[in-house]
Amino acid sequence: MSRQEIMQDARLQKRGMSKMSREYETVIGLEVHVELATKTKIFCGCSTAFGGAPNTHTCPVCTGMPGSLPVLNKQVVEYALAVGLATNCSINQYCKFDRKNYFYPDNPQNYQISQLYLPICHDGYVEIEVGGVKKNIGIHEIHMEEDAGKLIHDPWDDCSLVDFNRSGVPLIEIVSEPDMRSAEEVIAYLDKLRLIIQYLGASDCKLQEGSMRADVNLSVREVGAKEFGTRTEMKNLNSFKAIARAIEAERDRQIDLIEDGKKVIQETRRWDDAKEYSYAMRSKEDAQDYRYFPEPDLVPIVIGDEWIQKMKDIQPELRTEKQQRYKEEYGLPEYDIDIITASKHMADIFEQTIAICGNPKEVSNWLMGETMKLLKEQEMDADQISFSPANLASMIGLINKGELNRSVAKDVFKEIFIHDIDPVSYIEEHGLKNVSDEGAIKATIEEIVAKNPQSVADYKAGKKKAMGFLVGQTMRATKGKADPAMVNKILRELLEA
Amino acid sequence: MNIMSLTAVELGKRIKAGEITVVEAVKAAIDAIEKKEEKINSFVTVDREAALEQAKKVQKLIDDGQLSGPLAGVPVAIKDNMCTEGLLTTCSSKILGNYNPTYTATAVENLQRAGAIIIGKTNMDEFAMGSTTETSAYGVTRNPWDIGHVPGGSSGGSAAAVAAEECIYALGSDTGGSIRQPSSFCGVVGMKPTYGTVSRYGLIAYGSSLDQIGPIAKDVTDCATILETIASYDKKDSTSMKREVYDFTSALKNDVAGMKIGIPKDYFGDGLDEEVKKNVLDVAKVLEKKGAIVEEFTLSLVEYAIPAYYIIASAEASSNLARFDGVKYGYRTEEYRGLHNMYKKSRSEGFGAEVKRRIMLGSFVLSSGYYDAYYLKALRTKALIKAEFDKAFKKYDIILGPVAPTTAPKIGDSLADPIQMYLGDIYTVSVNLAGLPAISLPCGTDKNGLPIGVQMIGDCFEERKIIQAAYTYEQTRDYARCEIAKEGDE
Repeated sequence: MSRQEIMQDARLQKRGMSKMSREYETVIGLEVHVELATKTKIFCGCSTAFGGAPNTHTCPVCTGMPGSLPVLNKQVVEYALAVGLATNCSINQYCKFDRKNYFYPDNPQNYQISQLYLPICHDGYVEIEVGGVKKNIGIHEIHMEEDAGKLIHDPWDDCSLVDFNRSGVPLIEIVSEPDMRSAEEVIAYLDKLRLIIQYLGASDCKLQEGSMRADVNLSVREVGAKEFGTRTEMKNLNSFKAIARAIEAERDRQIDLIEDGKKVIQETRRWDDAKEYSYAMRSKEDAQDYRYFPEPDLVPIVIGDEWIQKMKDIQPELRTEKQQRYKEEYGLPEYDIDIITASKHMADIFEQTIAICGNPKEVSNWLMGETMKLLKEQEMDADQISFSPANLASMIGLINKGELNRSVAKDVFKEIFIHDIDPVSYIEEHGLKNVSDEGAIKATIEEIVAKNPQSVADYKAGKKKAMGFLVGQTMRATKGKADPAMVNKILRELLEA
Repeated sequence: MNIMSLTAVELGKRIKAGEITVVEAVKAAIDAIEKKEEKINSFVTVDREAALEQAKKVQKLIDDGQLSGPLAGVPVAIKDNMCTEGLLTTCSSKILGNYNPTYTATAVENLQRAGAIIIGKTNMDEFAMGSTTETSAYGVTRNPWDIGHVPGGSSGGSAAAVAAEECIYALGSDTGGSIRQPSSFCGVVGMKPTYGTVSRYGLIAYGSSLDQIGPIAKDVTDCATILETIASYDKKDSTSMKREVYDFTSALKNDVAGMKIGIPKDYFGDGLDEEVKKNVLDVAKVLEKKGAIVEEFTLSLVEYAIPAYYIIASAEASSNLARFDGVKYGYRTEEYRGLHNMYKKSRSEGFGAEVKRRIMLGSFVLSSGYYDAYYLKALRTKALIKAEFDKAFKKYDIILGPVAPTTAPKIGDSLADPIQMYLGDIYTVSVNLAGLPAISLPCGTDKNGLPIGVQMIGDCFEERKIIQAAYTYEQTRDYARCEIAKEGDE
């Protein structure tokens, strides 16, 4: 596509729905790739850990050396099964891998081992809720496959290099039915999948880091039409926001084309979130023929009833079960429960903290209040919380023992949140421990009373508010470390003496 | 005495007895190679220094009593499609002309563990695609019985090296007859085990669902002994099978009394050379005299084996060979503009004509719109062929027939007509399609003095039966050596 055409395309996208004369319905289906949390790759023993020097987590298998052969990692099958069962799928008890053939340097064998003919799971659904309305979104299939390596352009030598550390990292692809009708439904569906998969421990599902990736298939049709319109596939969507923006833009672009009497072309488009605009990557005509055929190096996977039963038996507590338990066991309000369980990571922190210090309501308050506030300030999401539950528990212990003031505790918690400090040594080192030495507090108060004769007089004249001012002065002088109950008691004694 | 005229088991015994040292054995092999290679060209790479080095180490292990197996110290040649760490592995292709593997194939490792000394890598049809060893990028291998003829293929280098006595035994690989047919053409014994018996890890794939590594040697005893050494259940090969019995040598019994032998009439019709036919049927008579029950029967679908085989093997090959693209290893074209041009030029220049033909054929049968009509139909045919054999093995212990319709053709005759060459695989490919074990052994020569082979096919996991029948027949005749083999005699 020429630059001129791209600009025209962009203008078309911006015009939005201005000319719309008919009513349209958007039809959306998703292809979601999820990187599984296995320690080793899908077809070899190499580590899946992030951050290794290029080509250090590799072997003959994942670099496509001649003569090497794949051996399936059983854990991949178990994670795929777990996700399939949790999304109400039927299981193909005899499933196979197939080869998808295409040439690209990030793919060392020039074929990807995937599943086409007999994917492990099919015909499931998840329930979503948008604006109080519940709806089932169908899952067409879930299949297992391997990830590709990464191309790194070297600007100095003007060449591209390949890092095969990601090559062979296990993925599942969850293909939905075209059941979604709005960006809100798409986000709700993705959030539901994310939570289910996180709760299963099958993946951390981080969109930004690419451990969860979604391609959007979208078409529009007039309301009431029976046939689907021509669809496009949108790629490169790295956040929920990008997905929502891309859906809106693509919907408008397609409606504009139809309103102009033009045809939507079946093609793959790439979303540029910075420019809020997409461009065509390839049309159906130049779509590749992947020449799929059964992978002869792997034997079929036979999944017996016992294996399925075992996976059901060991299924971890999912969100709805957890919500129910929090209500019954801890008596937390539903609002709190919803927020805490909206992230498996947050729920884990909650449970690990109360395992140490008990006090679920107090722990919940710290998570609901200060934690959420700090997450917002730092523009983080709950999955990125990195403090240790032990430090939060220890801080709550200090408050309960009266060694730490609630107001000071907020500052201490911020340190825990950011630097994961140990609150006991921190308050010691920074002199933040409550002063409960009655003599010292009394001396400070006496000084303040002497400095503020007017307030003393006001108090004695019956203006009880003056007491508050003097308490405040005392707290400021002690940097908040004085035990407020003790300050009140001593001050009252002095004023009424 | 000529060391090179010994079988592997005989040489192994003499080394253990201290009559011959490992270094002497390796030197004998190297001398033979130096003397005969100009005529035969059965090797792509000969690793003299490493072999001598290894010989000293193995000798020490034998002396220390740490190595006592039958193959300890015996020199072996490996077909050049099995990876050997640090030793050039080319598949007789230009595209892998500079490829030094970073690991060793499991079958080769099993041999090394047993004290085998690798003296070199043998020539083959490029990527094992061919029946004559003429498609090698490193020159044709010549048949030691008549150097104007091909040695067969694709393991032609291995078979010729054994027949010419340049090595004591060799490993080959068999996708559609690539061990049995060259063994037959060169007058040696070759065996293709049941699919899944020998690990394919490190065997550079041609048709993954058909490829199997096996031995090529002077006699059945060697073949059984080598198979016992290379066969193993390998976790690195998902198609490798855990067998109940890995003992093949105890089947070396001179006895076929009561054994039921089926002769498929369909293997003796049009296209089979009369001399080959007579010699093969004579084997049946010999075995009958020794007490076997020989019967003719109808094996259906024989005519479908060739098309099914070439579709499946080419389809898998088109995908297996995709990795040779000039990006990671092997040949890359000198000049190119952009990625796709680099792919195209590297592959166009790196692959030979036969390989390209099969990649194109395979890509075609897998392409959308043709997959069902060709590939899927071929898979169904494969299943039906297997069912035909299952039926036959309900009645017979082994099936006996020719290996190839003719003896070794002249160099240059086959490639002119590839279809005719493909049809020459008619008696061997169904064995691969059905995953069966089969052995090829000499049963005479034609009027031109070229060897004729007989094939004995067993049911899956019934190697012991074909070993026993082959051994029994072998006891009735002497091993015939070609003139070039005798050049080493004193």
